[in-house]
Amino acid sequence: MDTKPRSIELEEVSIRFSGDSGDGMQLTGTLFSNTAALFGNDLSTFPDYPSEIRAPQGTVGGVSGFQVHVGHSQINTPGDYADVLVAMNPAALKANTKWIKTGGTIILDKDNFDEKGFLKAGYTDNPLKAEKLDKFNVIDAPITSLTKEAIKDLGLDNKSAVRTKNMFALGMVFYLFNRTLDYTFDFFEIKFKKRPLIIEANKRVLQAGFNYAETIEALTPVIKVKQAEIEKGKYRTLNGNVATAWGLLVASEKVGKEIFVGSYPITPATGILEELSLRKDLGVKSFQAEDEIAGICSAIGASFTGSLAVTTTSGPGLSLKSEAIGLAVMTELPLVIVNVQRGGPSTGLPTKTEQADLLQVLYGRSGECPVPVLAASTPSDCFNYAYEAAKIALEHMTPVILLTDGFLGNGSEPWKIPSMADMPEINPPLIPEGIENFQPYARNNKTLVRGWAIPGKKGLEHRVGGLEKDAITGSVSHDPLNHQKMVETREGKVNRIVKDVPDLEVEGNVSGELLIIGWGSTYGHLLTAFRELEAEGKKISLAHFRYIRPLPKNTRKVLSKFKKIVVCELNLGQFANYLRMNFQEFEFKQYNKIQGLPFTVIELKEHFIKLLEE
Amino acid sequence: MAETEVKLTPKDFKSDQEVRWCPGCGDHAILTAIQRALPELEIKKENFVFVSGIGCSSRLPYYVDTFGFHGIHGRGSAISSGVKIANTRLSVWQMTGDGDALAIGGNHFIHTIRRNVDINIVLFNNEIYGLTKGQYSPTSQKGAVTHTSPYGTVEAPFHPGELAIGAQGKFFARTIDNNIKLSTEIFIEAGKHEGTSVIEILQNCVIYNDKTHGYLTDKEYKDDRQIILRHGEPMIFGKERDKGLILDGLKLKVVKIGEDGITEDDILVHKANENNPGVHTMLANMRYPNYPVAMGVIRNVQAPSYEASLETQIEKVKTQSKIKKMDDLFNSGTVWEVK
Ligand SMILES: Cc1ncc(C[n+]2csc(CCOP(=O)(O)OP(=O)(O)O)c2C)c(N)n1
Ligand code: SF4
Ligand SMILES: [Mg+2]
Repeated sequence: MDTKPRSIELEEVSIRFSGDSGDGMQLTGTLFSNTAALFGNDLSTFPDYPSEIRAPQGTVGGVSGFQVHVGHSQINTPGDYADVLVAMNPAALKANTKWIKTGGTIILDKDNFDEKGFLKAGYTDNPLKAEKLDKFNVIDAPITSLTKEAIKDLGLDNKSAVRTKNMFALGMVFYLFNRTLDYTFDFFEIKFKKRPLIIEANKRVLQAGFNYAETIEALTPVIKVKQAEIEKGKYRTLNGNVATAWGLLVASEKVGKEIFVGSYPITPATGILEELSLRKDLGVKSFQAEDEIAGICSAIGASFTGSLAVTTTSGPGLSLKSEAIGLAVMTELPLVIVNVQRGGPSTGLPTKTEQADLLQVLYGRSGECPVPVLAASTPSDCFNYAYEAAKIALEHMTPVILLTDGFLGNGSEPWKIPSMADMPEINPPLIPEGIENFQPYARNNKTLVRGWAIPGKKGLEHRVGGLEKDAITGSVSHDPLNHQKMVETREGKVNRIVKDVPDLEVEGNVSGELLIIGWGSTYGHLLTAFRELEAEGKKISLAHFRYIRPLPKNTRKVLSKFKKIVVCELNLGQFANYLRMNFQEFEFKQYNKIQGLPFTVIELKEHFIKLLEE
Repeated sequence: MAETEVKLTPKDFKSDQEVRWCPGCGDHAILTAIQRALPELEIKKENFVFVSGIGCSSRLPYYVDTFGFHGIHGRGSAISSGVKIANTRLSVWQMTGDGDALAIGGNHFIHTIRRNVDINIVLFNNEIYGLTKGQYSPTSQKGAVTHTSPYGTVEAPFHPGELAIGAQGKFFARTIDNNIKLSTEIFIEAGKHEGTSVIEILQNCVIYNDKTHGYLTDKEYKDDRQIILRHGEPMIFGKERDKGLILDGLKLKVVKIGEDGITEDDILVHKANENNPGVHTMLANMRYPNYPVAMGVIRNVQAPSYEASLETQIEKVKTQSKIKKMDDLFNSGTVWEVK
């Protein structure tokens, strides 16, 4: 056996931290990601946690994971399979063995690998003895006992001492990847400011893990990942939910209107409400309502009153909001509705990702009820599309639905800090005080947008509501022809937004054998699969949609240039059906997955190769 | 402080819309009282917003010439909360029915009161669903025969006052549609109160629940069956003003002045500003025939409103935070530069 330490340079590497939901794996993963980002790696993360915070300890159901993919080239996904797995107990090993690359490294806490642990995890035998682990490089370290040993003189109680064991594992991983401990030390200083003992304990344990890995170097290569070649500029990491909140905050500053957010907590959307609630310093009025209906209705009231109104939710909450979305359509008021999708129907898979709310957001309302729909495609992209959603809502006097999902909301990546000056202007059609002959439903005949007449402005007193409106005066009207006209006007108004929608871009050749179509959070995986196949010389291209309604005006042209089209999405084919409805002349093949998980690049490539060969 | 330079008149608050309630409906009188009360508040017309849900009662915003929002069934409190929080200078009035506020909107109703958002909730209680043509409501008397309870209801009604005070309500008043003078007085007081005001108006639906409050309006008996409460005044009522209320142990009791040695000095004096809700709840719960039904402002207690507390908090965070604009936020925390 080669006992010399080796240094391997890798292009990219994927690490999965995994343990009991109480083991602090999300924090461990985040600390590693931030350290990698500071070093200059590009990265993508994917937290995967159980929906019950207190799922039975030691069981597979209670396993919490955090995968981070770092590299020196552009990283688009958190990585399908991990190069390194940290497993704090047998259940974590069991839940993740299938996600480790052959030849990958497994670091595990030997102390938890006892009969009791095997039983809870559902192993009949000691998995360490099973041959299946032969294809991995297993480092079984007594993490719990070494942790206790490292801080035994600090006088911490057993529970507090054991709680720091995740830092031992992190220290080991830092050694493997040749990273410094500085960032994490700083983090302890801030996080435990008033508890010097805890700072000391965490620091010591982290260092002990690092030293331990160094001591047993005989077993492990030191893996280096070079700095990424990324565009010059200032960077920070951002997850999709924070990015969404920031996109809205930027829109608020740009247009000079306070944000009012009316929401009810729901996984995985709560992060947006939390981030906005923090931003009272920027004047955000956050209102945690008694339910989703009150959330959106309060936002509609605030929109009538002249705020940048926002409501945030996930699938089941969106269902509760449907009637009120109709009210916003009828009253033609600006409103941003963010739906961070999760696995459904009903409570479904609250912490897992899915794209199955598409038809709900397009059609799930009473009456003819058109609403523009956008879909962000990466965590940092949530920033741009939240901004865009606000801009469309304010300029076109309409509710807008922004779709993200659990994968984007919780996933993070480095984000290049934009300059406020570069953000496009937002010009809402505000009606000035003192205008003569004010008619609340008079509209711009190009865009069909009506004006925004805000309470407090003299002479603009008027009434709006859910009843059908006369086309001009806005008074209640039951006239049959007026109703038809108004239905068509609302539809036309949303369709005309297409003028502001950028053309659909094609990655790769604009014509060829196979066009991959995707929308939303599948972008990273689709892009990676496409690039790898393109590099192999396949005649394949990718078109990814961020504007769902209206669809970009060149869509038909793009579709017409390919022999085969495959629509890939995490549902049973909702976007494919929507495209069929809009473009009946094309044949749309489908590739669908509905397991609460993102695609893997490997499965996508296999499927595309099969399609090309067919 | 008065905003208006020239005092407005009720006529200023009449919109150009044709009033569509049934002739004889109690809603007409309520509209009149509102149009009389608004000028007295000396608030500019453009600073009034009338919000409602769905129901006959919820049509009212169309008939007052202010900003108006006719919302969806039951959600008026949520919409008006958004209006008021977004712009605290506005005077916000919510029109609602017994179904709108207490059935479909019950959740919003209690939470709005609990938060103490400064809106005035005018609850038209006709003990029936008027707009949908005569189904029982959460305030219909037990046994009420309606289109959906042809054999009588088997459920107990809500008492709006008890519910509002139970939800930590700081202002509760009751009036009746045909007493326009009292209604006007109460609207003015509610308009001046900071925080959620709930005004229950006993309203007659001539079509689907005619005379449900008839026992109270009957000329012959009305003074014996109603007591009009005024802050600081003894709780005396009756045609001859010879009856009053006293506390008997833990309960209210009707007594006759001059009998059993009772004098006016023994009668309870109404304190609307008493923080403890005990007596207010008992007053709100008095029912005929054991008690007179209480009218007037039953409870009026000062407490900071939701939106005032929110604004104070925002101002405080603003002065303490280093983040004044988005560029500051972008560059806060861990930022690195790629050169
Ligand atoms: C979501 C929804 N459910 C039901 C209705 C039908 N609806 C309209 S008003 C109403 C009840 C109205 O009763 P109340 O609130 O007491 O008002 P009133 O007409 O008596 O003034 C009902 C059931 C509706 N408009 N919307
Ligand atoms: S149905 Fe009843 S409540 Fe409705 S307008 Fe007619 S009388 Fe008034
Ligand atoms: Mg009613």
